[in-house]
Amino acid sequence: MAIQRADIEKLCYLARIDLTEDTAADTAAGINRVLELIDQLRAADTAGIAPLAHPLEETQRLREDRVEEKVDRDALQAVAPAVESGLYLVPRVIE
Amino acid sequence: MHDLTLAEMCDGLARRAFSSIELTRHLLARIAAANPRYNAFITVDEAGALARAETADARLAAGDAPALCGVPIAHKDIFCTRGLRTSCGSRMLDNFIAPYDATVVERLAAAGAVTLGKTNMDEFAMGSSNETSYYGPVKNPWAPDCVPGGSSGGSAAAVAARLAPGATATDTGGSIRQPAALCGITGLKPTYGRVSRWGMIAFASSLDQAGPMARSAEDAALLLQAMAGFDERDSTCLDRPVPDYRAALDQPLAGLRIGLPAEYFGAGLNPGTARAVRDALAEFERQGARLVDIRLPHSDLAVPAYYVIAPAEASANLSRFDGVRYGHRCANPRDLRDLFMRTRAEGFGAEVKRRILVGTYCLSAGYYDAYYHKAQQVRRLIRQDFLDAFAQVDLILGPTCPNPAFAFGAKGGDPVAMYLEDIYTIAANLAGLPALSVPCGLVDGKPVGLQIIGNYFDEARMLAAAHGFQRATDWHRRQPEALAEAGA
Repeated sequence: MAIQRADIEKLCYLARIDLTEDTAADTAAGINRVLELIDQLRAADTAGIAPLAHPLEETQRLREDRVEEKVDRDALQAVAPAVESGLYLVPRVIE
Repeated sequence: MHDLTLAEMCDGLARRAFSSIELTRHLLARIAAANPRYNAFITVDEAGALARAETADARLAAGDAPALCGVPIAHKDIFCTRGLRTSCGSRMLDNFIAPYDATVVERLAAAGAVTLGKTNMDEFAMGSSNETSYYGPVKNPWAPDCVPGGSSGGSAAAVAARLAPGATATDTGGSIRQPAALCGITGLKPTYGRVSRWGMIAFASSLDQAGPMARSAEDAALLLQAMAGFDERDSTCLDRPVPDYRAALDQPLAGLRIGLPAEYFGAGLNPGTARAVRDALAEFERQGARLVDIRLPHSDLAVPAYYVIAPAEASANLSRFDGVRYGHRCANPRDLRDLFMRTRAEGFGAEVKRRILVGTYCLSAGYYDAYYHKAQQVRRLIRQDFLDAFAQVDLILGPTCPNPAFAFGAKGGDPVAMYLEDIYTIAANLAGLPALSVPCGLVDGKPVGLQIIGNYFDEARMLAAAHGFQRATDWHRRQPEALAEAGA
């Protein structure tokens, strides 16, 4: 099932990627090409097959709940586009 | 000096035949001269490399040298390196200086390796040709009008052009093996969980795995030795003993049962590639291995399943690039939504956006069962094919890629044509199995890769098989004519 322009706009919003007018048609065509490929999965007989989340069937390892390393906030924020007093700055959210 | 293998460099440094400073300077000079031609490096760290080489020389002089002491290597620009730009081939991270080292980087440094710089790659490792890099494509040293493969094309080209004896790389659907094949070098994707992913920028977390690229199986074994092992900072890294890979290299091939999947030798395989692979198989037979015909019946579903799972995981992983904490931020955002949407529109290239959107679609309400759940079921079928095969055989051999290196732009219009270049490599990622590629021939002057897929944690046996092949053949010693003519 090919997706249309309106679907692309919705997807772009969900993924938070601005859709530029000049690339909208190419974007739709490329995505539809990939959807044709992955639609081949529909033909596979998977009745009664459990999904495989981890190739070795391992589960998430948990560690003890104790302090291990201190995060150096200043070092991590040194690469941020805008910070002030240890806080990340973004455009005003509440007027 | 650059023609020495990594093992020979280790040996020469240990004997003090040359110093790490001499070796490092020599390779830095080669990179400076050759990089404008190949575009293999995004960042060269001359000062850092020389400082590390000096430290290495002091340790060598003091007789306190670890395994790779003083050997210069390169890191794919997907591994975080403290104080050195880590771009992941993207405009999004063009200004990103990582505040820490990836575990792989840390371990190789602890083993004494000297970092020359960071290698070019497809943006966020999404590509099979290096054409999606924000920094422009890497050129294949064997054929400058052709792609080096991807996504680890910079690491592959750097090793093939003798700019570094070895390099780190990552493989989510073939990104180590396919460029290794196209550039005529040896590349190994280990078992999922063998090498820590900590500090390696995530693409598809259930598939991503780091591994070495080098000119021979022996050199790959030396690098893997330093990279492999448990790391508590990566919750998917497995706590299993790491064998001595180099010591295991001399296991004989006699008695080895080698499976040949019918599905890897069918329609779509370049006849020249098929011939080269068949000749390589004959060499394994000559050394006493037994060839067994096998089936991997769900092979044709690997590429479709991968293009659900990898984009789905990528869409989640890449949501962290928001213009707030690091990386690119658009100018003068009107509001928070505008900040996110324009930052991501400007920071990501077309292929990365396409995969994020496909992944978003597959995970969106109403489509999850039809795509992601279904793909994970197919993933189990694919894994079961391999488990059945490994009940009969020790290793599975076949071509790494259907074709040798293709020309720039050859797959330009159609993303799926590009995806199908990974038709033989993707299944190992879905199953989490280790797989490597070794050079086994030339077609029209361009290298062909032989793929060796092993059972879980069987890297030692795979490397031994590759080493046995390389002792009897010289494909891994061939070099691009341009290098040979330059008196290299």
